[in-house]
Amino acid sequence: MIRFDNVAKRYPTGREGLAGVSLEVAPGELVFVTGHSGAGKSTLLKLIGLLERATRGQIWVNGRNLNRLSERNIPYHRREVGMIFQDHRLLHDRTVFDNVALPLVVAGMGHQEIQRRVRAALDKVNLLGKERSLPIALSGGEQQRVGIARALVSKPPVLLADEPTGNLDPELSREIMDLFLQFSQVGVTILIATHDIELISRLGRRIVQLREGRLQHDSGLAQ
Amino acid sequence: MKRRNPKRPGFRRNRSPLRWLLHHAQNAVAALGRLVRHPLATLMTASVIGIALALPSGLYLLIDNVRTLTGNWDGGSSISLFLAQDLDDREAEYVRKTIAARPDVAEARLITREEALTEFRQRSGFAEALDLLDHNPLPAVVVVRPSASATSAAATERLAQALQGYREIDQVRVDLQWVRRLEAITHTLERGVYLLAGLLSAAVLLIVGNTIRLEIQNRQGEIEVVKLVGGTDAFIRRPFLYEGFWYGLLGALIALLLVTGGLALMQAPVRRLAGLYQSAFRLDLLTAEAVAAVLVGGPLLGLAGAWLAVARHLSRIQPE
Repeated sequence: MIRFDNVAKRYPTGREGLAGVSLEVAPGELVFVTGHSGAGKSTLLKLIGLLERATRGQIWVNGRNLNRLSERNIPYHRREVGMIFQDHRLLHDRTVFDNVALPLVVAGMGHQEIQRRVRAALDKVNLLGKERSLPIALSGGEQQRVGIARALVSKPPVLLADEPTGNLDPELSREIMDLFLQFSQVGVTILIATHDIELISRLGRRIVQLREGRLQHDSGLAQ
Repeated sequence: MKRRNPKRPGFRRNRSPLRWLLHHAQNAVAALGRLVRHPLATLMTASVIGIALALPSGLYLLIDNVRTLTGNWDGGSSISLFLAQDLDDREAEYVRKTIAARPDVAEARLITREEALTEFRQRSGFAEALDLLDHNPLPAVVVVRPSASATSAAATERLAQALQGYREIDQVRVDLQWVRRLEAITHTLERGVYLLAGLLSAAVLLIVGNTIRLEIQNRQGEIEVVKLVGGTDAFIRRPFLYEGFWYGLLGALIALLLVTGGLALMQAPVRRLAGLYQSAFRLDLLTAEAVAAVLVGGPLLGLAGAWLAVARHLSRIQPE
């Protein structure tokens, strides 16, 4: 589903985000990406979502070579990649419903289909009763669940999460991780960047560890 | 796994025309709604646009009126035809009739030799000197007023040349100097109005552009999120373009209101002035073409201004 072939990313400032990473993620796999801050976790995810372009190497996502993807096609690529952020990135002047509906509106979906899908997505993250609330009225964990609902409402084959539990207490973090485990069971390919080793080590999933832009350890290869 | 198929077919795009139209309608209404939500700010921006559009429209109207005024000036460009000396009154009258029948002649009036002599006697003070002459030295004169279609300097000139061709006419005299001057003045003013219209159109472009730029800045977070979830540039651009369109249309309506109002205020003093010149002249209203030009031009300028802002600033906003 996702394939990195000797990928490097150097920023204009000279800082190296990634320095030659090769990686393959199978469809439906759930992979944790860990490492210290600055190790390249976020860069890895941004390259998959085309928030940034690689300076060297090839990246394939869902059968497409991202190097060959024109700027014009980036929006269509992003519709196949759901993204979740530590700071949620919600629109605070829109209701929970409107926030979750955004990817469908952007894709030009019909009104009734939007209603149905948003309800289903909110149901999955246990927020059905909060449709009409503004994000500001929700707790941090709830806001994160709105962000997750928005990422999965268009049923993308790939889901990326950058420190999704960064600001949450251990119990809420567990809940969020359980959600991701559920999605992975229905075939969604998921990459989660986190430094919460303690939490993920108990889940028994593949862990990719980065250090200074290089692949330091990949539990998937070790097995 | 994916290497065997690096060139997957293109992305699926949702292009139902009906839904696309609906989406545009929603965008248009939503954009208008955003403007209505800040009535004072919207009104101020639209008024600036309105004034910028009203100035050239008003001046254009003024020139249009000056033109009708010069066209209607009775005897303004009259032509005097001095007939040959050997024609008697019956023959002179025949010449007058022939000329009056021309399509480019509105009226032809005959001054017989006797009438000319009487008038000259009264006005010149040479009555006694004339008595010494044994015959009337003055020719008969036909005074020609060109028809409405031939009042311009060039057309009058053409008419004069045609009349020169008549055997019975000795001399043709046209007083075109002041018609030419007035035409030159109108032309100069017209050029000035076009120049002004160009400058003020540029101003409208910049006003709308700047307003939309601020709007883009205010909604930067929203634009980033929309880009994150796969919104195309066209999708993001659309609401701003519609806002520009509405600003232009509101400005155009305000401009028409200003011009019409100004005209109403001018009507009474103009009528009084015309009355002093024994004229029934009235200011013309804006023509349907001019109204249409403002109503189409305003929104187009608004759209163009918004496009400028969007083209410059939207691509700079990228999600991180």
